Amino acid sequence: MGDYHHGPAKGLSRWLFTTNHKDIGTMYLWFSFAMFILGGSFAMVIRAELFEPGMQLVDPAFFNQMTTLHGLVMVFGAIMPSFVGLANWLIPMMIGAPDMALPRMNNWSFWILPPTFLVLASTLFMEGGAPAFGWTFYAPLSTTYAPPSVTFFIFSIHVLGLSSIMGSINIIATVMNMRAPGMTYMKMPLFVWTWLITAFLLVAVMPVLAGAVTMMLMDIHFGTSFFSAAGGGDPVLFQHVFWFFGHPEVYIIILPAFGVISQVIPAFSRKPLFGYASMVYATASIAFLSFIVWAHHMFTVGMPVAGELFFMYATMLIAVPTGVKVFNWVTTMWRGALTFETPMLFAIGFLILFTIGGFTGLMLAIAPADFQYHDSYFVVAHFHYVMVAGAVFSMSAGIYFWLPKWCGRMYNEAMGKTHFWISFIGFNLAFFPQHFVGLAGMPRRIPDYALQFADFNMMSSIGAFIYGASQILFLYNVIATIVAGKPVSDEKVWDGAEGLEWTLPTPAPYHTFETPPLVK
Amino acid sequence: MSFQAKRLCKLTLGPVLMLTSALVLAAGGETSQVNMSPGVTEVGKNIYDLHMIILGICTVIGLGVFGVMFYSIIYHRKSRGVAPATFHESTAVEIAWTVVPFLILILMAVPATSTLLQIYDNDDADLDILVTGYQWKWKYEYINENGENVSFFSNLKTAQGEIHNLEAKGEHYLLEVDEPLVIPVDKKVRFLVTANDVIHSWWVPALAVKKDAIPGFINETWARVEQTGVYRGQCAELCGTNHGFMPIVVNVVDQSEFDQWLGEKEKDAAAVKKLMAQNFTLDELMARGKSVYARNCQACHGANGEGGVGKAIAGSPIATGDLATHMDVVIHGVPGTAMQAFGGQLNDVDMAAVLTYQRSAFGNNMGDKVQPIDVFNHKKG
Repeated sequence: MGDYHHGPAKGLSRWLFTTNHKDIGTMYLWFSFAMFILGGSFAMVIRAELFEPGMQLVDPAFFNQMTTLHGLVMVFGAIMPSFVGLANWLIPMMIGAPDMALPRMNNWSFWILPPTFLVLASTLFMEGGAPAFGWTFYAPLSTTYAPPSVTFFIFSIHVLGLSSIMGSINIIATVMNMRAPGMTYMKMPLFVWTWLITAFLLVAVMPVLAGAVTMMLMDIHFGTSFFSAAGGGDPVLFQHVFWFFGHPEVYIIILPAFGVISQVIPAFSRKPLFGYASMVYATASIAFLSFIVWAHHMFTVGMPVAGELFFMYATMLIAVPTGVKVFNWVTTMWRGALTFETPMLFAIGFLILFTIGGFTGLMLAIAPADFQYHDSYFVVAHFHYVMVAGAVFSMSAGIYFWLPKWCGRMYNEAMGKTHFWISFIGFNLAFFPQHFVGLAGMPRRIPDYALQFADFNMMSSIGAFIYGASQILFLYNVIATIVAGKPVSDEKVWDGAEGLEWTLPTPAPYHTFETPPLVK
Repeated sequence: MSFQAKRLCKLTLGPVLMLTSALVLAAGGETSQVNMSPGVTEVGKNIYDLHMIILGICTVIGLGVFGVMFYSIIYHRKSRGVAPATFHESTAVEIAWTVVPFLILILMAVPATSTLLQIYDNDDADLDILVTGYQWKWKYEYINENGENVSFFSNLKTAQGEIHNLEAKGEHYLLEVDEPLVIPVDKKVRFLVTANDVIHSWWVPALAVKKDAIPGFINETWARVEQTGVYRGQCAELCGTNHGFMPIVVNVVDQSEFDQWLGEKEKDAAAVKKLMAQNFTLDELMARGKSVYARNCQACHGANGEGGVGKAIAGSPIATGDLATHMDVVIHGVPGTAMQAFGGQLNDVDMAAVLTYQRSAFGNNMGDKVQPIDVFNHKKG
């Protein structure tokens, strides 16, 4: 045990004033789980309304508020903060640092999040209701035709961006300055690499999002016409600016997930990651390409054909580095000695489902075909395969993988596996049929639908309820582990796990590496 | 078997059905519920072919990748007592799986490019139709270089009772309109797509046409339909509360039938022009007003003026108050609310009729008549 100069403070002030990367990581993770449940309950409202044709539970206006808040809460409240939480916990442990480089900013970047989501959620109770223009908030629906609560929404987006930028600067500063002696860039674990690249993406695009919402604010309150053709502006400009942020954003979400999978698969294959260097280069290429493909979200807005062709070719190119990653993971498993504990099950689930999502992504890249896919349920199915089965499955894998190290207690394996199988079945039942209804012509974001879509929608709703319920099992398992899990004494926890974080005592001490380890 | 019972059967078989039906029906064509339809245009067939090719490529690669993975999962498991290999790179293999996918993509880009160029070939149309998206209906205007344009609105026809589960749902639930778009078969029809308020998107899957309708801009797209029939679609871009309730119905007919239909429409337009100069009795106005109300007002204000998305009209201080204020609200709308400006949507006869109707129906016993000339004068200011 280390010599503690000062341990955690007692009571609430430990959490309010903490500058400890583990405490802050813990708060990020719990906060994001709370948001996951909130955003998930919005999804349950959506799926309950879509269970059968006809309007049953909510009115169309409230339905639109649900789809909007579901997207916003899941992207900005659940997935992004969860990976920041993971980064806070793991980056110092993985690079041999005592803590994050900028601990006070770290505290601040977390603590501005909860009030912001309180503001966002409170719009539900405002006159005119919550934002109802979709998480992509296209103008002029989000400006001239928006409810008054849009101003609070704009404020929330600004603060969320601020939090993300501070978190990213912190990660960049930590990785660049606080690596242990001998920990060269090309020795860093892939999770650190993917987060470093993600942090640069965040710093580059969050200000663009801030610009978009500021222009909205000006249009709404100060008489400008950035997005109004009547005043000489252009509604399509909004979409260009939004997707210049929005496309890198999806890689911001998925790259850290790639990082987690690249740690988990080698551990349970008992074999080093195949193609480490190509993994790093592939991640960097994906990040670069993410800046020049944004308008593939806009194939139907009436761009010139040259623009369509450019964005189609650039988007198709992304399949190459993404393919490299998938091939590398599969080859890592090849001739390993595999075992299938819960983290590995989630990683394999990720691999299969993310690959399917990648394939549909390639299909969507084919601009002429996109004229049929665009804004249909096919798109909804596609991005849930990459967001849920990609980001959320990898997050589950990561939690089961590192939780025993963090708290020194083992989770219940049988319950973990049950969580995986229920999630896997529920997820596929929920989202696979959405490919079919999309191809058959069902548009997204509608509260009611024609009769030929009824069967698959009912199936989808049942699957969504199953997937939602499985998360309660996850919550129970995590709490039970922390409170009363079987103590783990082994430093490594998993026999195949490699990396500096596993050289620390179990549970991980409050301060990480007080003297830097030497990396050979 | 009843509809419900059939659905229950299908649902219990759900997952099995999903996989088998995907395979069996994938090539099933127009009626498929699990796959894209090749539709009734050449562009649609080309898009369908692209879709099937890329789906095929993905399936083959997927089977390969998952095959290797499952082989590992089965044969390379620790419980079989295998010792893990230690290799972790191979330049040759890594170059191969970078270059091969790249080449496949280039092959794929060729047909995709040619289809895209075909979609963008908007020239030499036989007929131009201006399609305007409104919250929440479509307006179609046939552009006639030699005379009056014919134009009309196309509203959802499904009854509110069906939507709220008070009546049985019809076969074309939510995909039926009061007045469909009519176009001739085998003619290149160019659609000039725009919007009046927010962004909408005009999508008819069978025509393989989807184009965003953007206020202030006009987008072009086209279709040459090869088969007569009725084709249905929906607005594809979230456009506010009733986004899910603005369907599109396209009735594709022979040229002769089309000419006859257009001729009648032109006559109707001329007749309305004549009506503008007439005075009507209260009963005439009420009868006409009732049908105008059902088409344009009912969705938001309720069948009995009881309100809904919009305010109640029964007992409303506007409908039972000063006529000029009432006209202002209906003609110019209420900015910042769902109440649109109907001045450009209804002709003066229909406007006069619906104003009269609102003032004397639902227990609003005003009894005053609004004539087309009153509307005309009010608009002039």
